[in-house]
Amino acid sequence: MKGSKRKSRRVLPGFGLSMGFTIFYLGLLVLIPLSAVFIKTSGLSWGEFWETVTAPRVLASYKISFLTAFFAALVNLVFGLLVAWVLVRYQFPGKRLVDSLVDLPFALPTAVAGIALTAIYAPNGWIGKFLEPLGIKVAFSPIGITIALIFIGLPFVVRTVQPVLQDLEKDTEEAAAMLGAYRARTFRSVILPELIPPLLTGFAMAFARGIGEYGSVVFISGNMPMKTEIAPLLIMTKLEQYDYMGATAIAAVMLVLSFLLLLLINYLQWRAGRRVIAE
Amino acid sequence: MRQDLLKTLRGVFTMKTMISARLTLLLLAVVLVVSACGGGGGNTETGGTSGGNTETTTTPNNGEAKTDPPKPVELLNVSYDPTRELYVEFNEAFAKHWKEETGQTVTINQSHGGSGKQGRSVIDGLKADVVTLALGYDIDAITEPGLIEPDWQSQFENNSSPYTSTIVFLVRSGNPKGIKDWDDLIKPDVEVITPNPKTSGGARWNYLAAWGYALKHNNNDEAKAEEFVSALFKNVPVLDSGARGSTTTFVERKIGDVLLAWENEALLSLDEFGEGEFEIVTPSLSILAEPPVAIVDKVVDDRGTREVAEAYLQYLYTEEGQDIAGKHYYRPTLPAIAEKYKDQYEQIELLTINDDFGGWQTAQEKHFSDGGTFDKIYIPGS
Amino acid sequence: MAGVVTAHLSRDPELRPRHRNEPRWVQWLLIGLALLFMLLIVALPLVSIFIEAFKRGVDVYVASITESDALSALRLTLLAAVISVPINTLFGIAAAWAISKFRFRGKQFLVTLIDLPFAVSPVIAGLIFVLLFGAQGFFGPWLDDRNIQIIFALPGIVLATAFVTFPFVARELIPLMQAQGPHEEEAAVTLGAKGWQIFWRVTLPNIKWGLLYGMILCNARAMGEFGAVSVVSGHIRGQTNTLPLHVEILYNEYQFSASFAVASLLVLLAVFTLIMKSFIEWKSHRETAKEAH
Repeated sequence: MKGSKRKSRRVLPGFGLSMGFTIFYLGLLVLIPLSAVFIKTSGLSWGEFWETVTAPRVLASYKISFLTAFFAALVNLVFGLLVAWVLVRYQFPGKRLVDSLVDLPFALPTAVAGIALTAIYAPNGWIGKFLEPLGIKVAFSPIGITIALIFIGLPFVVRTVQPVLQDLEKDTEEAAAMLGAYRARTFRSVILPELIPPLLTGFAMAFARGIGEYGSVVFISGNMPMKTEIAPLLIMTKLEQYDYMGATAIAAVMLVLSFLLLLLINYLQWRAGRRVIAE
Repeated sequence: MRQDLLKTLRGVFTMKTMISARLTLLLLAVVLVVSACGGGGGNTETGGTSGGNTETTTTPNNGEAKTDPPKPVELLNVSYDPTRELYVEFNEAFAKHWKEETGQTVTINQSHGGSGKQGRSVIDGLKADVVTLALGYDIDAITEPGLIEPDWQSQFENNSSPYTSTIVFLVRSGNPKGIKDWDDLIKPDVEVITPNPKTSGGARWNYLAAWGYALKHNNNDEAKAEEFVSALFKNVPVLDSGARGSTTTFVERKIGDVLLAWENEALLSLDEFGEGEFEIVTPSLSILAEPPVAIVDKVVDDRGTREVAEAYLQYLYTEEGQDIAGKHYYRPTLPAIAEKYKDQYEQIELLTINDDFGGWQTAQEKHFSDGGTFDKIYIPGS
Repeated sequence: MAGVVTAHLSRDPELRPRHRNEPRWVQWLLIGLALLFMLLIVALPLVSIFIEAFKRGVDVYVASITESDALSALRLTLLAAVISVPINTLFGIAAAWAISKFRFRGKQFLVTLIDLPFAVSPVIAGLIFVLLFGAQGFFGPWLDDRNIQIIFALPGIVLATAFVTFPFVARELIPLMQAQGPHEEEAAVTLGAKGWQIFWRVTLPNIKWGLLYGMILCNARAMGEFGAVSVVSGHIRGQTNTLPLHVEILYNEYQFSASFAVASLLVLLAVFTLIMKSFIEWKSHRETAKEAH
């Protein structure tokens, strides 16, 4: 395997062209623009930067963004697995429809999703009015933000788990069943270990996407400082107050965090890939 | 050009072209070329005359130009949220007037959004010929990079504010919580809806009105005023980013007992959502909100549109302009027209930003900048 | 991120002997839970959009989506997608070729960089182009001298859209081409095929469904982008408003029905996209099935 790949560098043409274009376009559209954030931030002294990004209101917004994104990803982990499981293993009417609904959050403009979710979960909305008497406030609370982020993140978990589950369907489980393992045990000792890498990836992606989400959240969050104000909104707020430095400083912190998160995702995947090969 | 693009577009969606890979690539090339042209086209459209002496480029109504109808001209009016309906009607009236006066066709494009966001867009290069924003502070911000001359406020009458408004309360029908004045807003069982003063111009007027009321009723004790606005904002369950968002929260989501709103927005809400559902309560004291207008000097000089832009803003002060403002529930400044609409509004004692708060720069610094009195409400000790 | 966009074929479950399945009641419980979840999170918002859209009758609906500002917003949205999707497709093919057919140092790092736009907040995606091309930005004065408008005009909207949809095609193709390996291409080389010939004759037929699927997802996202475009658009009615921005504007004008009508138009575009996707899956599945026989 290794040998053939090494050889291929010599055999196949187009490395220079494809790599060149990749780096060029990546640099032009992504790296140079993103570096603008850091260049702009470098106009601040370290002290000023630190003061901006650790102001209580900013810290609170990171906390809200991260916590709601985390919980949303967690809910998606459980229910995304459930949806994928049901879609792969069972037959029921309307299955195709449900399957294509999974992709919808991906294609729907986030602002539309935000408005629609707010209308439903507001105290006078279809669902909100049943929750209100129970004392549960969804819209304009962190729960509302979490719901918007569940909506946004759902496809990621389902679509990473689904193909793996499909493959498992055929081989591993069959073997386990042949060996006479019980269902619960099959799930715990055969299926679950295989599902952990895609689940982790799906979780991390939903999480990463959730931290930065803006369009759907601003409608449902209520935007209360220290309580339901998310970090991207704070960037917008700073911009509207003509505070470019402050906005880019917060943006820089978020950029570094999302990059680290992505590195982690890719590392997890790379490890999972290696494990499969090793087996 | 657009025709071509639409054709390519249809191409993208037909399966056949997609499958045939060669065609796809050809398509890419076409689109790239087209997009390059499109970019170029956009420039000439917004750019107008490039460089050179622009003062002499267009003189539509003098001398021998009368024989030929002058070239059509476009203006961009960058404004804040609640003025949409006002300017739709006003633009039509002005275009008609300008056509009669000079024979020139003028198209006015509109852009609306939060006042601060709009100000930022102009600073960042949105080519606005005129700005009509919620407060002077946002226009002051545009003077900083030199787009507008610092003395803009003396360019037109009444501090460059052709119409004014104030802040009133909108309550639910029958006023179930019995809200009469500002001090009713700090009662523990009252929910108040207002946008965020950090992002909304209207909300800054709300905040200052409340502050002014508290000062007046506590012998100018600032600590008491701070306590008052703090108690008030403790009653705010949702802080939308703009005035329109707050109105939607109050009216559509049915959250809160009272909405602090521009007078014109409150009156418009009665129109839009039915008079039976809401009532307007006028407090004993409020603030004179002056939404100012200004020419963006750099843009009109570059584009050679100064004359028509000035005429546009000037027209706001004429009887017709004032009448349209009154029709959209703004308070006209022209006495004759103000008289006509006087039954629309309650007469109340009004504070002014310059006399009572030392102008926008001071007010902004003290209340709304990071670490100002507004931040202290949410972060004690900052 | 790999795998999120890999073609997932929802085939019928393989027929299993009944005793190896979960008991019936467990199955229905799980199906019920999954459906309830989908109903609360995805289906209800969708239904509410259409109900609101038709609340004031079909006439208002038709009027709102054929109004000239709505049409020009539609045109701009499609135009932005038509420009950014092909460029990102070219990039995706090039990146996947380089990454999957060759070995080099820092591959993992490069892949992470390609993923980056995906995890960047849309607000930041808009902000960076303002920092670069805004009047106060790094290239602002230079552009202004030459009367070139990028922000608050079509180029800015295209840039923001392209940035947000940057990884989609690449991320679809990389795992696919990695799984296929370089063997077929190498065989073609030994048979004397030249560079582009290999690509057209060998690689492209192998990846065409994946490529198409990536383009469709890319397109769906391009048409729906809100946050990033909102920062760079300038919101000039009839000129720089995209459909998602037009929805927001109508909403802010208290024209709720019209706002949801335009939103439903976007839903229909999304649904059309998803139907295309299902069609592709079905077709590619049929092809693989045919090959298997």
